[in-house]
Amino acid sequence: MDLALLATQALSGLASASSLFVIASGLTIVFGVTRIVNFAHGSFYMLGAYLAVTIVPWLLEFERSPLLFFAGVLASALAVGLFGVVMEVLLLRRIYRVPELFQLLATFGVVLIVQDAVLHLWGPVDIPGPRAPGLRHAVEIFGQRFPAYELFLIAVGPCLLGLLWLLMHRTRFGILIRAATQDREMVGALGVNQAMLFTGTLFLGAFLAGLGGALQIPRLPANSHMDLTIISEAFVVTVIGGMGSVPGAFIAAVIIGLLQAFGILIFPKITLVLVFLLMAVVLVVKPWGLLGRPDPAAGRAVLPEGIIDLKRFGRREILVSAGFVLALLAVPVLGDSYKIKVGIEILVLALAAFSLNFLIGNGGLVSFGHAAYFGIGAYAAGLLVTGPLKLPMEAALVAAPVAAGLAAALFGYFIVRLSGIYLAMLTLAFAQITYAIFFQWVEVTGGDNGIVGVWPSRWAGAREVYFYVVAALAIPAILLLRHIYYAPFGAILRAARDSANRADAIGIDIRRHRWLAFIIAGAAAGLAGGLYAFSKGSIDPTMISIAMSVDFLVMVLLGGIQTVTGPLVGAAAFHSVKDFFMPLTDFWRFFLGLTIIGMVLVFPRGIVGTLEAWRSRRRTEGRP
Amino acid sequence: MTENRTSRNHPSRRGVVGGIAAGSLVLGAGGVRAQAAPIRIGELNSYGRMAAFAVPYRNAMQLAQESVNKAGGIKALGGRPLEFVFRDDGSTPGDAVRVAEELLTRENVSFLAGTFLSNVGLAVADFANQRKVLFLATEPLTDAITMAQGNPFTFRVRPNTYMQTKMLVDAAKAKGVKRWAIVAPNYEYGQSAAANFKKLMAEAVPGFEVVGEQFPALGRIDAGATVGALSQSRPDGIFNVLFGADLTAFVREGNTRGLFEKRLVVSLLTGEPEYMIPLGEETPEGWITTGYPWDQIETPEHKAFVTAYRAKFNDTPRLGSLLGYVVVEMIAQLLEKAASTETPKLVATLKDMKFTTISGPVTMRGLDHQSTLGAWVGETTLKGKAGAMKNWKYVDGTAYLHPEAEVKAARKG
Amino acid sequence: MTLLEVKGITKRFGGVLAADSVTFSLESGEMLAIIGPNGAGKSTTFNMVGGQLRPDSGQVLLGGEDIAGEPPRVIWRKGVGRTFQIAQTFMSMNVVENVQMALISLRGQTRSLFSRASALHRDEALALLDSVGMADLAGRPVSELAYGDVKRVELAIALASKPRLLLMDEPTAGMAPKERAALMQLTADVARREQIGVLFTEHDMDAVFAHANRILVLVRGRIIAAGTPEAVRANPDVKRVYLGESGVKAALAARRQKHEAGLA
Repeated sequence: MDLALLATQALSGLASASSLFVIASGLTIVFGVTRIVNFAHGSFYMLGAYLAVTIVPWLLEFERSPLLFFAGVLASALAVGLFGVVMEVLLLRRIYRVPELFQLLATFGVVLIVQDAVLHLWGPVDIPGPRAPGLRHAVEIFGQRFPAYELFLIAVGPCLLGLLWLLMHRTRFGILIRAATQDREMVGALGVNQAMLFTGTLFLGAFLAGLGGALQIPRLPANSHMDLTIISEAFVVTVIGGMGSVPGAFIAAVIIGLLQAFGILIFPKITLVLVFLLMAVVLVVKPWGLLGRPDPAAGRAVLPEGIIDLKRFGRREILVSAGFVLALLAVPVLGDSYKIKVGIEILVLALAAFSLNFLIGNGGLVSFGHAAYFGIGAYAAGLLVTGPLKLPMEAALVAAPVAAGLAAALFGYFIVRLSGIYLAMLTLAFAQITYAIFFQWVEVTGGDNGIVGVWPSRWAGAREVYFYVVAALAIPAILLLRHIYYAPFGAILRAARDSANRADAIGIDIRRHRWLAFIIAGAAAGLAGGLYAFSKGSIDPTMISIAMSVDFLVMVLLGGIQTVTGPLVGAAAFHSVKDFFMPLTDFWRFFLGLTIIGMVLVFPRGIVGTLEAWRSRRRTEGRP
Repeated sequence: MTENRTSRNHPSRRGVVGGIAAGSLVLGAGGVRAQAAPIRIGELNSYGRMAAFAVPYRNAMQLAQESVNKAGGIKALGGRPLEFVFRDDGSTPGDAVRVAEELLTRENVSFLAGTFLSNVGLAVADFANQRKVLFLATEPLTDAITMAQGNPFTFRVRPNTYMQTKMLVDAAKAKGVKRWAIVAPNYEYGQSAAANFKKLMAEAVPGFEVVGEQFPALGRIDAGATVGALSQSRPDGIFNVLFGADLTAFVREGNTRGLFEKRLVVSLLTGEPEYMIPLGEETPEGWITTGYPWDQIETPEHKAFVTAYRAKFNDTPRLGSLLGYVVVEMIAQLLEKAASTETPKLVATLKDMKFTTISGPVTMRGLDHQSTLGAWVGETTLKGKAGAMKNWKYVDGTAYLHPEAEVKAARKG
Repeated sequence: MTLLEVKGITKRFGGVLAADSVTFSLESGEMLAIIGPNGAGKSTTFNMVGGQLRPDSGQVLLGGEDIAGEPPRVIWRKGVGRTFQIAQTFMSMNVVENVQMALISLRGQTRSLFSRASALHRDEALALLDSVGMADLAGRPVSELAYGDVKRVELAIALASKPRLLLMDEPTAGMAPKERAALMQLTADVARREQIGVLFTEHDMDAVFAHANRILVLVRGRIIAAGTPEAVRANPDVKRVYLGESGVKAALAARRQKHEAGLA
C-alpha cells in the first residue's frame, strides 16, 4: 500500500463522509426536537435527487455555469424542505399527542407513498444527473487522479457543520432547537409556539435531506431504491454520534466514511455489515453514542407509552375472542386453499407481532430488529430439515424457538444495558449483523438465494393439516404469552418500565428481568419463524431483513401498543390490507401507505387502543 | 391493469368449483363452452420494485398475447385464447409464494411463469415442485435454478449466469490479458458470476490470475473507494458484474479517475438497454459485454416486433421486452404441440422441444430444463449522447450450456 | 448494635468534591435529617447509602455489614426501603398493585410465569395501605391520585419489605403544607411503632425541626454540625451559613407547635 493510495482512499472516504453527514444532520436535528424517528428522511433524500435531476439539467440548458448548477441544487433542497413542512402540517401535527412510536408509523406510510409516487412520476429507469460545471475534471494527487467534485464535497461537510453551529448559537430559532433537544418540556413551558418550532425543524431537516440527495446527482443516478439504502445508514450515523448531536453526527460520518474506504481494501465484502458492526460496538461501549446524553425525561414521573391498563377479559371479550378463534379454525373447512395459506400467515405473523409487543407495550423495550429472532427460528428449522441432519419437522419446530431464544440471550445480554432509541438501534444492529451472517455464509445458508425444500412432514403436508399444526402451536403460544402479561413476570416487567428507580429499590434485578423477557419474546418469534418457513417451503435472508422487522413494528403499532390484543388485530389488518391491494395494482405500496396513514389519523392509538378509548369514553359519558 | 380487474371478478370458490367442472368437461366430451374459455397463465414478477425490467417485459407479453389471440388462439385446443394473469410478486420469496398460491387456487391458472430475483425464482420453483405444477422461470439468472436446485417442474428461459459469463470469456480470451480484477455486487448473482469467470478463464487463459476483488453491497457502492481499491491492484483487465445505479456510479467515478484507460473491461449485461440507458453520455468505449442491440437487428421478425412494440407503447424495447415476447411465443408453441394444459403433458412436451422465436431457434434442453436462448455479445460504444453496441453478434446458447457431466452431478439429489 | 454507621464516605464528580468523608450513625427508631443548602451533597450522601451511587471511599455499615457500593436491589434485600424526591411509583397500575409488586419481590416471586399477579398478597397489601391511610383508594390508578396520596403509596411500597432502615429523599417536596405535616407525622408514627430508623433529607424546616431526633448539616460536602434540633439551632456556624434568621424563626415556631401538640 503506497502513500498515493492511502491519500486517495482517505479522500474518497471523506467525500462519502460529507455526503452522509449532510443527510444525517437533518435526521438528528429532527429527532432531537420532535423525538420522531423519521423513516421518511430517506424519502426526502430521494426526492432531492429526483428534483435535482429534473431541475438542474433544465437550468443548464440556459448556461452551463456552476452558479446555475448550485442554484438548481438549492432549489431542489428548498422544494423538499417545503415538502417536509407539508408533511408536518398535514400529518405529524395531528398526532403529536399520541405515543411517539406512532409517529414512526405515519412516517413509514409516507415512505411507501413516496416510493410509488416517484416510480409513477419519474418512471422506473434510473436518471443520471449532469456533472457539475467547473468540477467535471479530475485533480492530480500524488500522481493519482481524483474527481474535483468530490474535493468539493469534502469541503461541504465542515462548511455545513459551521453554518449549523452559527444557526444553533446565533439565531433564536437555533437556540430553541438546542433547548428543545435538551429538554422538550422546558421549551413547552417557556411558552414557545411549539407548532412553529416543529414546522421549522421539519423544514430544516427535510431541506438537509433534500440537499444531500441533490448534491449526489453528479455521483449517483436518481433511482427508486435510494431512499431505503440511505435511511439505515443515516440512522446509524445519528446513533453513533448521539441522537440530537450535530457534531456527533459529523464525527460518526467521518469514522464511517474512512472505515469504509479502508475496510474494503482488507475485506472486500465489508460494506454489507460494516456500519452496523460499528454501531453495535459503539453502543456497547458508549450507551448514548459518542456525544449523546441520557434523556432528561428519564427520571420524570410521566405516563409511559405502551400498556397502561391491563384489563381482564369480561364475559363479552371472552365470547368475542372465542368466536374469533372458532371462525379462524373453520377457515380450512369453509375457505379455499389460498384462504388457508393467508390464514396460516396471519396466525404466524400474529404470534410474532404479539411477542414483539410483549417487549414494546409491556416492557418498554422497543425492538427494531425482531425479525432476527423470527429469521433465526426459520433458519434453524429450515437448516435442520434440509441440512445433513435431515431432521423431521417436529424436531425442527422444537429447535426453532430454542435457537431463537439462544440468540436472544446472546444479543439481549448487551441490548438490555441500553434504553430508549439506543436500545432500539442496537436491536437493529444485531439484526443486521445476523442478516449479514446468513447472507454471507453461502456454504451453509445458501446466501441470499436461501434454501428451498423446507416442507412439512408428510402427515402435515396437506395445507388444511398444516393450518391446524400452526393453529395448535401459535394459539397456545399466544395464550401463554398473554398469561405471562398477567403473571408476576409480566407485571414486574411492566413495573420496571414504569419506573426503573422504583423497581430497583424494591429489589428487582431489572437487567436480568428484561434479559429473560427478551429470551421469551425471542423464542416466541423463533417459533413463528419456524412455522413460517414450513408454510413457505423455503428460507432466505428477507426473513431477517429490516423490512421484515419494520413490518412487525407496523403490525404492533397498527393494532396499538397500549393493548394486549392489539398486535393480533394489527397483524391481521396489515396482512389483509397488503393482500387486498397486491393483486389490484403494481402500486400497491402506495395504497398500503395511504391506508396506514388513514389508520394513524382515524385510530391514533392503534385500532384496538382507539376502540377501547372510544368505549371507555362512551361509558364515562353514559354515567349520570 | 384491466387484466387484473377482470381476474378479480372470479370469486374464489366458484373459481375452484368451476375449474374442476371445466376440467371434467374437457376430459369427457370436450364441450363447446369449455373450449372457448381462455387458457390462463399466472405471471408473477417484480413489477413494482424492478419495474425498469419487469414493465417492458409485461408490455411485450401483452403484445404477443394479442398477436396469438388475433391469429386464432391455440388451435390445438380449439382456438382457446391465451390470458396472462399478472401479479406483483412483492420482491420477496415469502410474498411470491403466497401470490403463486393465489394464482393457482383463485385464478385457476394452468401454470406459472415469471420472477426476476433469483431467491424469488428459487422459492417459486420449489413451490411448483411441491404443487406439481409447471413453472417457467423466465428471468432469474441463478445457475441453481437449473442445477443444484433444479426440479422436474421448473424450466428456465433466459441464458443463465454461467452461459453469459462463458460467452464473455470466449470473446475475451483471445486478448491474452492475464492480470484481472473483479468487481461484483455482493450477492449470489455477483458471486456466482465471479466464480464462473475465474473457473472459465483459468481453463481458457494460461497464467490467468486475479489480482483484486471488490464486492460492494448491492445498491450501496462506495464508488470512490471501490475504484481506488481496484486501481491499486493494477490489473490489466477488469471483469464487471455491477449493474443499475451501482454501475452508473462506478463508471462515472472510473471515467473521471481513468480506471478504464488501457485496460480491457469485460462486463456482464451492460449492453442491455435497461442498464445502458442510464449510463447515457458516460457509456464507456469498447467494453466487451452481453446485451441487446435492438436497433441494429435486421431480421424481418425482429423488425416487425420492434415496430409493433414502439407503436403500441411509444417506447423502445428493452431486453425484458424481447424476453417477454419470446416467452409468449414459446408458451403458444408449447400449448399447440402438447394440445393440453395438463401439467404432466406440458412437462413431457417441453423436454427437448424446439421453438422458433424472434431471436432465432431455441431448444429447451431436457437434461437441465435450460433453454438455449442466446445473447448478443459485442462492445459498448457511445452514439451521440447514448450508449449502443458495436461489433456484436448473436451467440446461440447451445454451445454454452453447462457441460452434461456437471449437470448430472449437480442435479442427482 | 447501631443500625446504620456511615464512616467517611467520599464522592467526587470530576473536580467537585460532592461528599467529603461524611460520617454519622443512626439507631433503630430514630429519625435523622440531613439538611443543607442546594448542592451541599445531601442527595449524593443519600444515594451512596441507598446504593444509587458508589462511594469513592468509606464504609456504609448496616447492622455492622458493609453495604457500600452494593446495588439498590441488594441493599433493599438487607432491609432498606426508600422513597424518592419525585415519587417513583408504577404509573400503569392501581394503588394496591403497586404495593403487591413490592410484596411479590419480597417473596421472590418476580419470575413466576403462572400465578396471577393481581391475586397475590392482596390482603397484605391492603393492610399496608390501611397503615398509611390509603385503603379507600386501593383500586384507583396511581396516575389519577393527588400527589400527596402518591407519596403515601410510595411509603407503603417502601414499608412492604418491613425495612429496618427507611431512606426518604425530600419526602414532602411538591406537596401542599397540610399534606406535608400529615405525611411526616405518619412517618414518625410508623417509625416509632415499628422501630424503623429513618434517614431523610428535607428542605422544609418545619418538617425537620418537628420530627427529627437529630440533624446533620451538610455544606459543600462536609458535615459542619450534627446533633439534636436544639443543638443545631444553637450552633453559630449553622446560623451563619445556612439557617439565617428566618430559619431560626421557623425552627422556633416548629418547636412551639410540637410542644402544643404534645400538651393537647
